[in-house]
Amino acid sequence: MASERIDLLIIGAGPAGMSAAVEARRHGLEVLVLDEQPSPGGQIYRNIRESDPQRLAILGDDYSAGRRLADEFIASGARYVPGAAVWQVGEQCQVHYLLEGRSVVVQARRLLIATGAFERPMPIPGWTLPGVMSAGAGQILLKSAALLPAGPVVLAGCGPLLYLLAVQYLKAGIQLSALVDTAEHRDILQAWRHIPKALLGWRDLLKGLSLLAKLRLAKLPHYRGARALRIEGAECAEAFCFSSGGKVHRLPTNLVLLHQGVVPNTQISWSLRMRHQWSDAQLCWRADRDQWGETSLAGVFIAGDGGAIGGALAAREQGRLVALAVASQLQRLDGARRDHLAREPQGALARCLAARPLIDALYRPQAENRIPHNEVIVCRCEEVTAGQVRADVRFGCLGPSQAKTFNRCGMGPCQGRLCGLSVTEVIAEQRQVSPSVVGYYRVRPPLKPITLAQLASQSNHDLSPETP
Amino acid sequence: MPADSLFIQLPTDSPCVMIEFEGQPLAVPSGISVAAALLASGIRQTRRTAVSGAPRAPYCMMGVCFECLVEVNGVPNCQACMVTVSDGLKVRRQQGARALNALAEEGAHDGI
Ligand SMILES: Cc1cc2nc3c(=O)[nH]c(=O)nc-3n(C[C@H](O)[C@@H](O)[C@H](O)COP(=O)(O)OP(=O)(O)OC[C@H]3O[C@@H](n4cnc5c(N)ncnc54)[C@H](O)[C@@H]3O)c2cc1C
Ligand code: FES
Repeated sequence: MASERIDLLIIGAGPAGMSAAVEARRHGLEVLVLDEQPSPGGQIYRNIRESDPQRLAILGDDYSAGRRLADEFIASGARYVPGAAVWQVGEQCQVHYLLEGRSVVVQARRLLIATGAFERPMPIPGWTLPGVMSAGAGQILLKSAALLPAGPVVLAGCGPLLYLLAVQYLKAGIQLSALVDTAEHRDILQAWRHIPKALLGWRDLLKGLSLLAKLRLAKLPHYRGARALRIEGAECAEAFCFSSGGKVHRLPTNLVLLHQGVVPNTQISWSLRMRHQWSDAQLCWRADRDQWGETSLAGVFIAGDGGAIGGALAAREQGRLVALAVASQLQRLDGARRDHLAREPQGALARCLAARPLIDALYRPQAENRIPHNEVIVCRCEEVTAGQVRADVRFGCLGPSQAKTFNRCGMGPCQGRLCGLSVTEVIAEQRQVSPSVVGYYRVRPPLKPITLAQLASQSNHDLSPETP
Repeated sequence: MPADSLFIQLPTDSPCVMIEFEGQPLAVPSGISVAAALLASGIRQTRRTAVSGAPRAPYCMMGVCFECLVEVNGVPNCQACMVTVSDGLKVRRQQGARALNALAEEGAHDGI
């Protein structure tokens, strides 16, 4: 089978996947990169090669910086298949993907999962109404479709990405109704013990502070310590309500963008039954990895935000380290040379990660927006409320996998992507145990919707030269 | 761009393509996703839920939430945020119940 020629298969063409591909090519590995997006860049550099000067100016320098990596990646000689949605991964580095309505299967010697992060669910009353989207969605509309809010928009939640979007909208001349921030000054005091180490990562910290300074200068209404968030509306969002500084506010709006941080996309790692740990600092699951990014499944690696949230620069360095480890495993590098080459990315990675604990502590999402009141829907697909999950715990439900059979939560098409963390935390709170005790859903393929007809027509990956 | 759209588009030089939504022709910029095209065209709801019939619309725009499921050229369960528009594309609202459950049931089988 021709597929023996793929040394390293990479899922995801974000900073982690692209830099792994570039480094692996330097050592002569045959690389195949699959990504469901139409162009390379991942989340941070989405659509970077197609962007125009106006959008580049709005999105800022950190975005433009991705162009070089994306160009290097395209020129690297790695085979890149855009529009390829991976729906199943086998333990032996066998990957099934959908391309233009056909299923294709490919076998590789080593596998890198670089599928990045998605936004943490933010289950608050009214979050399922049309007109309520994630802040990431707002940014994606800008990056990939040049769309901006038509009327006043409310941004609510916390975290650097929320402030970044506010700054980008202001640059674009968009009218923001308000930034409703769930973080407050007090959080800074609680985070103080992380500061000495965090100074190593001062660049990241400065970036956060300068974003906030820009927002102050713009005289944008910025409410801090917001609680009791709620969206009102019948058929669509009509108003955003919250309390802040002892006052109750109601802002009429048809567009609300929510965000409270990003969490690793663990769909593939869970489907492979890898070992995961609950992180109390980042309030999410993380697959176990060694210093090279290799998981509890030999030959399968994870790099970037799909393993643990570290940001785009850390993702890049981790991608390089995976490539070095794979090159060494496949006898393209000896151990000493690998270690020598790894020194630079390892140092850079340590600097990138130094500020993380402080960022995590500063923007820790509020419990009430993660473990909501009974009436709030946690599973959007099957419309299961937090109250139903709590009731099932009283009837003996011990964890998310069991909850599926009690009330169907996590059984809908999103397969728990948007309720998994909420359900884990609601059950843990109700049982008064740690999330690590209650666990997560059993994730099963297909990870993407696939019809039986598509499945029946599955073919082997074609390695002929015309493959892009 | 229609008056009631939640979004406006920056001027771009990308040409328009014609798609159809529920039989209605829409001129939309090429290269964008079906979900972005519908939002830009002032379509605020793309489906109703199977359980309570509540209206929903795209939420994440990146393939996570599956709120944007529509029928594209007769194929149900397509993520509108992951499909790029093309001339003549026919999009319909997904009538919740059957299609969603069929997908979940299919997904529930081990080892597909
Ligand atoms: C919506 C959003 C916007 C963000 N914007 C910014 C920003 O502006 N600035 C910033 O500093 N950070 C941003 N981040 C944080 C982000 O996580 C970055 O740190 C960075 O993009 C992480 O790089 P990565 O390579 O690990 O993953 P990503 O860049 O997320 O790349 C992962 C890639 O994997 C692909 N993929 C995932 N699953 C599959 C599958 N099953 N089949 C095929 N392909 C798949 C995705 O299409 C994606 O291209 C954003 C995060 C999100 C969720
Ligand atoms: S909008 Fe979330 S999957 Fe398409």
